[in-house]
Amino acid sequence: MSHHFVIRIVAKLLIPFILLFGLYVQFHGDFGPGGGFQAGVIFASAFVLYALIYGVDKARQVLPDGVLRVGIALGVLIFGGTGVASMLLGANYLDYSPLAHDPAHGQHLGIFIVELGVGVTVASVMATLFFLFAGRGDLDPGERE
Amino acid sequence: MVLLFFMAATILVIVRLRNLFAVVMMGGIYSLMAATIFVVLDAVDVAFTEAAVGAGISTVLMLGALALTKTEEKEGGRPQVLPLLVVAVTGAALIYGTLDMPHYGDPKAPIHQHVAPTYLKDSITKTTVPNVVTAVLASYRGYDTLGEVTVIFTAGVGVMALLGAGRRRRRKDGGT
Repeated sequence: MSHHFVIRIVAKLLIPFILLFGLYVQFHGDFGPGGGFQAGVIFASAFVLYALIYGVDKARQVLPDGVLRVGIALGVLIFGGTGVASMLLGANYLDYSPLAHDPAHGQHLGIFIVELGVGVTVASVMATLFFLFAGRGDLDPGERE
Repeated sequence: MVLLFFMAATILVIVRLRNLFAVVMMGGIYSLMAATIFVVLDAVDVAFTEAAVGAGISTVLMLGALALTKTEEKEGGRPQVLPLLVVAVTGAALIYGTLDMPHYGDPKAPIHQHVAPTYLKDSITKTTVPNVVTAVLASYRGYDTLGEVTVIFTAGVGVMALLGAGRRRRRKDGGT
């Protein structure tokens, strides 16, 4: 793929913006359309693009398996942990009201944290799925040319 | 309506096609049209998900899986009657079920009578989150969303267990 200059350079230009857009969808999900699920997929798609252009092995160096494995579990732990935290603060499981002084702000904070957990897990799982599928076999999509 | 017609046409094309690469591409087009329908129905969040997951990631995953197999579908035997019958009966039952559904946008529909008015009225004061979908998804329906995340988690772990994350590299070093 090293001779595909246009594709490589356009991808290089695009990837930061895809990542930025993913973060925007993640953290702006409270105000506009979007949220953890969509943001996770968009964030992962940046790494998928990188893997398509530069090969899966290179992408795996950028995003090691260990990081992905931690990310998969971490997102669920953030979500569940928020519930446990609200229980420890004296409310029902996943009732975010006591997380801040004002119950409404607590709800907002809880939604924010939970969406972050969703995003981390979705992004890690999507990237893992692609790496595992594309990394198998000789016909690697990144090395087919 | 035009979109639905095109979606039906896409499905017929997918059934007829033998080239799996084209089938995957048609699947992506189908998802994109479904996303457009969600936009028309004012469900931007769902449309966003459908466009990102259905048209984006799953198409790429299907291509990744396609790289491991042949691009042409195997020639099938003679047409089977029983599966066609099952599909026809199920489809007829589904269409019969939709006959009783309230019209789209009917304010008297049961779905608009239950908890939806409360969510729409109170979510902004109770959660200070302007996007009602996010408020319902993460706060009112927190358990459901936790379940969904757990499903994705399980899917990731399952694929890792099946395809062996990390084992591949060692096998490659072993010279196979």
